[in-house]
Amino acid sequence: MDFTNEMKIEFDSKSINESFARTVVASFVAQLDPTIEEINDVKTAVSEAVTNAIIHGYNNQDGKVIISCKIKDREVFIEVKDRGVGIEDIGKAMEPLYTTRPEIERSGMGFSFMEAFMDKLIVESELGKGTTVKMSKKFEKRGD
Amino acid sequence: MKEIRNKNSTIISIHDDVKGEFEIIGQTLVVKLGEDLDHHNSLHIREQADKIIMNKNIKYIIFDFSGTDFMDSSGIGVIMGRYKKVIFIGGSVYVTGVSNNVDRIFKLSGLYKIIEKYNKVEEVLELIKSKGK
Repeated sequence: MDFTNEMKIEFDSKSINESFARTVVASFVAQLDPTIEEINDVKTAVSEAVTNAIIHGYNNQDGKVIISCKIKDREVFIEVKDRGVGIEDIGKAMEPLYTTRPEIERSGMGFSFMEAFMDKLIVESELGKGTTVKMSKKFEKRGD
Repeated sequence: MKEIRNKNSTIISIHDDVKGEFEIIGQTLVVKLGEDLDHHNSLHIREQADKIIMNKNIKYIIFDFSGTDFMDSSGIGVIMGRYKKVIFIGGSVYVTGVSNNVDRIFKLSGLYKIIEKYNKVEEVLELIKSKGK
């Protein structure tokens, strides 16, 4: 069966929307009947990407965060996009424990968590234009 | 903001917008989380916890997760930040009521190298009591 389904949301870059964002994506992927652990993997990864967009992309200023989500068979593809400042050195930003904002207690583990909880992670960024985080994860087959 | 003074402890609500409360028992601060420990909620928790740590001479901190099941890397920042505040006066940080999901985050972050996990808040309070003797 070739099953596809898509959704897209756009919301203000306010921290109160972080829980909204991860909950919406979790609800959307729930149609694949994932395990609780798989759902939590997705929730954590989305939370990290959205938090990054709000804190780093928009530096806590007004902006829009866009999430698009696509399901194909048992695989989910998630894109979290901002039109913020962009990342100067993506390689460095992705190093475990590296953070540009230690003063607000960022742990520097955001990208590490996204990598750990998803199968694939691609980060595209351009200074002054914004950042797009692309992640995918294939859910295990469930016995039926 | 609500503050309740009991015989042995003081209970202060975290924030009007964040479920959960702080309980102060002697030099111990129990942070009873009632909502996801993400970036948004961590802002209020951090600010309020630091006031209490300073004003009440707190040495031991217990983060009780029995009321929540979600934490991301922002939570790691909150716990490490409070750890840094009490470690220099010989204090410690504990976590209790940790769900599988939160446990995975702690394991992945390596935080168990500096904090201890227990099932219940009461166990830790007993432990701290025995340290004082």
